[in-house]
Amino acid sequence: MSFSVPANLEAEIDELITHYPVKRSASLMLLHALQEHFGHISPEATQWVAKKLGLQPINVHELVTFYPMFRQSAPGKHQIKVCRTLSCALGGSHKLHEHFCTKLGLDPHAHGLQTTKDGKFSVEFVECLAGCGMAPVMMCNEDFFEGVSEKKADEILGGCK
Amino acid sequence: MPQEFKLILKHLDNPGYTPDIECYLRHGGYDALKKALAIQPKDLPDGKKASPQEQIRDDVKLSGLRGRGGAGFSCGLKWSFVDRRSGKPIYLICNADESEPGTFKDRQIIHKDPHQLIEGMIVSCFANDVKLAYIYIRGEMPKGAKLLNAALKEARAKNFLGKNILGSGYDLEIHVHRGAGAYICGEETGLIESLEGKRPYPRIKPPYFPAVLGLYMCPTIVNNVETLCNVKHIVTMGGPEFAKLGTPNNTGTRIVSLSGQVKRPGYYEIEVGKATIGQLINDPAFGGGLLDGRKLKAVIPGGSSSKVLKAGEKFKLKRKIEGKDVEVETDMLDLPYDFDSLQQAGTMSGSSAIIVIDDSVDIVGALANLSEFYAHESCGQCTPCREGSLWMSKTLHRLTHGEGRKQDADYLVKIADNIPGGKTICAFGEACSWPVQSFVAKFKDEFVAKGAADEERRAKEKVQPKIATPAERKELTTAH
Ligand SMILES: Cc1cc2nc3c(=O)[nH]c(=O)nc-3n(C[C@H](O)[C@H](O)[C@H](O)COP(=O)(O)O)c2cc1C
Ligand code: SF4
Ligand code: FES
Repeated sequence: MSFSVPANLEAEIDELITHYPVKRSASLMLLHALQEHFGHISPEATQWVAKKLGLQPINVHELVTFYPMFRQSAPGKHQIKVCRTLSCALGGSHKLHEHFCTKLGLDPHAHGLQTTKDGKFSVEFVECLAGCGMAPVMMCNEDFFEGVSEKKADEILGGCK
Repeated sequence: MPQEFKLILKHLDNPGYTPDIECYLRHGGYDALKKALAIQPKDLPDGKKASPQEQIRDDVKLSGLRGRGGAGFSCGLKWSFVDRRSGKPIYLICNADESEPGTFKDRQIIHKDPHQLIEGMIVSCFANDVKLAYIYIRGEMPKGAKLLNAALKEARAKNFLGKNILGSGYDLEIHVHRGAGAYICGEETGLIESLEGKRPYPRIKPPYFPAVLGLYMCPTIVNNVETLCNVKHIVTMGGPEFAKLGTPNNTGTRIVSLSGQVKRPGYYEIEVGKATIGQLINDPAFGGGLLDGRKLKAVIPGGSSSKVLKAGEKFKLKRKIEGKDVEVETDMLDLPYDFDSLQQAGTMSGSSAIIVIDDSVDIVGALANLSEFYAHESCGQCTPCREGSLWMSKTLHRLTHGEGRKQDADYLVKIADNIPGGKTICAFGEACSWPVQSFVAKFKDEFVAKGAADEERRAKEKVQPKIATPAERKELTTAH
């Protein structure tokens, strides 16, 4: 399978690069753009970014391995991120995480990324999402939800098509 | 009765208030920018002239504004350190990485009133001769990044940004840069590395003070979202007028993020020092008190990194009464919520995030939760921090999973004491040690009792301690 970036995405990327006096600065933004399009960062994507910015592939790969948001393999189509940190834990986020896991047939004790067999959902614990006053909070792809009860959780799952 | 005082939050939760520029303009938006651009050079008594930029910088100094990101450092002083003679460009970066556990104030500004931040940034950039600035927003706020980009576009269309802003001859461009889920990107030099497209490894200071050797080794200003919003209000009101808000040396307002076990968690803007911790927790205008039937156990007063306060703890606060310095014994609930009082109480107001913990909570579990955060977020450059944060988390893990030892309490403090104090590159070393040092010191009985109970059980069952694996992790035990 050959790796190719559609022309409109490449145009968007070229524009992003102009935001910086030094091209390398654009690497996080390029990785975000590619991950949004392809779902994860493949070795080919890493090489593509390196070439685009005049870097060695290792300069890009070390970002993919460091920053928690970048994925080296495809997660589920709907990514559920439940906040694990103190205020949310006090507000019931561990129960919420467990609820998602049991509903989706995943291990409620595993904190890391788990994906359902059909590839539709992944669930993981993440650190404080800056919504602590409305605990427990979570994200589903780009959407942010606060005060998530089990009922609301079921509605969120139901809304994932 | 203490009240909310809404300066920055004035409009953003009002019904019908929207994040677009038209709404912002209807509410007096960009008037501060127009005012700043219209300032004329002023003759000084010594025959020199103060440029408009110098006048704004002086006003920020007079305002007494202290940084709202965590350290509470004087904004005017920070700006005065900027190397203006190097001939290199000066950059400004807005720190919108908001990731100190407990803190959720910048999120409100970014999502509901992005133009207030942008106007604050433009004025700050103008005052510092900055031509290119960035907003570093945490990766987990994709909607916020889109809103900011839309707002920047609107501001460009109205020539509040771009070339020759409103005919003043001043050029400025601002771009949004997204992080990707690492807490350490909030540390300003880590943030700069990240913005340069690298791993966010904090830089050692000296020599890498951002004001001299920051982004691309050029002078750089890093300020928090709320700090930059305040600059807009300083230009509008004038520094001396702003300084009348709050209390001496703790001027202006602060948005307090209140979370944990109170009836009305939320974000509340107060004049700095005009409400106490107890009022913020219990007053109907703020937290509305603890949940029914619960008693207060502990308060984390300034984000997860600040040292915990124990219910009933007393402090000696230095106060000036009728011109005399006196020491006043103060209960932790009566501490005025400001920079200096909390510092005198041995902790800090940090990112102004209060986490309330009641008697239903296992305090060892609460610390274990926080330590897991720090173990996950250490960038790994410095051995004491990388190893220490992990050891503390592992020790707390075994203590919360029935595999503790009596001496774990002392062991935790020993590790924590060996991380901070100049042994690490950045203040994360302090940030991960302070919770452990303070929790164990103030609740030592509970830590020791837990370890002792585990030892007793093992003795009875004649088994050796085992290592609890992550798969056996339990939730933080609370009564509900
Ligand atoms: C580990 C660590 C994390 C930090 N995280 C943040 C953050 O998320 N947001 C922030 O504004 N400042 C954060 N800071 C403080 C910044 O380094 C810096 O002091 C601040 O952005 C300066 O802005 P101010 O002077 O306006 O407060 C952090 C500091 C440390 C040591
Ligand atoms: S103190 Fe910790 S977070 Fe800071 S640079 Fe060292 S290892 Fe990284
Ligand atoms: S602790 Fe969950 S959002 Fe902050």
